[in-house]
Amino acid sequence: MQSASIELKLTPATQYLLRIGDTCLILGQRLGEWCGHAPALEEDIAMANIALDLIGQARALLTHAGTLEGAGHDEDQLAFLRNERDYFNLTLVELPRGDFAAGVLRNTMVATWLKLLWQRLAADSQDAEVRAIAAKALKEARYHQQHSADWVVRLGDGTAESRRRMDAALAELWRFAPEMFDTDAADEAAAQQGLGPLWSSLEAPWRAEMQDVLEAATLKAPAASAFRSDGKRGRHSEHMGFILADMQYLQRAFPGGVW
Amino acid sequence: MSAVPAESERALRAWQVLQGVPDPEVPAVSVCDLGIVREVADHGDTLEVVLTPTYSGCPATEAIERDVLGAIDDAGLGPAKVTLRRAPAWTTDWISAEGRRKLLDYGIAPPGAVAPAQDAVVRVIGRRADAVACPRCASLFTERLSAFGATACKALYRCTSCREPFEHFKPI
Repeated sequence: MQSASIELKLTPATQYLLRIGDTCLILGQRLGEWCGHAPALEEDIAMANIALDLIGQARALLTHAGTLEGAGHDEDQLAFLRNERDYFNLTLVELPRGDFAAGVLRNTMVATWLKLLWQRLAADSQDAEVRAIAAKALKEARYHQQHSADWVVRLGDGTAESRRRMDAALAELWRFAPEMFDTDAADEAAAQQGLGPLWSSLEAPWRAEMQDVLEAATLKAPAASAFRSDGKRGRHSEHMGFILADMQYLQRAFPGGVW
Repeated sequence: MSAVPAESERALRAWQVLQGVPDPEVPAVSVCDLGIVREVADHGDTLEVVLTPTYSGCPATEAIERDVLGAIDDAGLGPAKVTLRRAPAWTTDWISAEGRRKLLDYGIAPPGAVAPAQDAVVRVIGRRADAVACPRCASLFTERLSAFGATACKALYRCTSCREPFEHFKPI
């Protein structure tokens, strides 16, 4: 039987862009789950607004990745018609939404990483479209980072219960950070072409900024572990299939459906 | 870019028409007031309108494109096409003085000048937004209720003098 999925013509450049675009896309989808569930109306709105910015960033990157791929795939086909192994987001963003402490910690980790990445892309990418997308997204990521970091501090340095939850969130999520910084062939090729930085170069500034946040929150980063996640190479956690089923249902049931 | 000078009668009339096209989410101001319309170029056969979107995920972008094309067609200035230009990125500094006055009259505190980015360190302690004046009573005794608002471009504030809540157009 013919598959409804599209086949990617993957190059290092498209993989590099899809890693960033898919990270925005999947986190945007996850944050949408907060709608109606955040502990306060203001934070409900915040989660949805951050999600909206991320989806917008994903649209721009997927569109551009599709153009570079040259197989005629648009943003919708790339968002909805790939198989699981062809998504290259960080594993961190596909994990279930967890409680609010986990939500704001993940947002801080990802926004800090994206901010640093957008900065480098906006300043140094040889690809004018990537520079333009990054310059806009940088302003948004900065706001997301500040808002989320404020909450990490408030909860970490808060009540016994909020502290317990932040500690638990750190214990659960911190081990997914190394995936943001390990370097491979796609990364090296992209850096060589001048498309974007080696992700390993983001590690020192990321750790420094996160350390400032954790210190203000009186929290301590867990010790490094041997655990490695690998979503950016298409090897996902068991949670990925479920979120894709949610996302893709409509396009699989009604191919080409629009409104 | 333009084959025919941009100052053609048709392009000038298009600018006038666009002054009357409201932003779908903040209808008090026009798309020109917000600085979204960057260029109108008369290519002879088609009129090209260059727009720069405000936020990456702004859901109004497609509605604005449609409204702009509709208004140009209705004025008999078509056919027209819209081109989206991302760079340079839109900033609230592009909102006109007229646009700022309209926002204020509408009850939305206009954005201040965009401050240079603080990138080096996350200022988690003692961060305070610049005082935002209440659009109703002009008091500077205001506080932020919510970092995000009903649209991507706004935050929610409250005046502690007149006790009224109001929206603030975030400087970006």
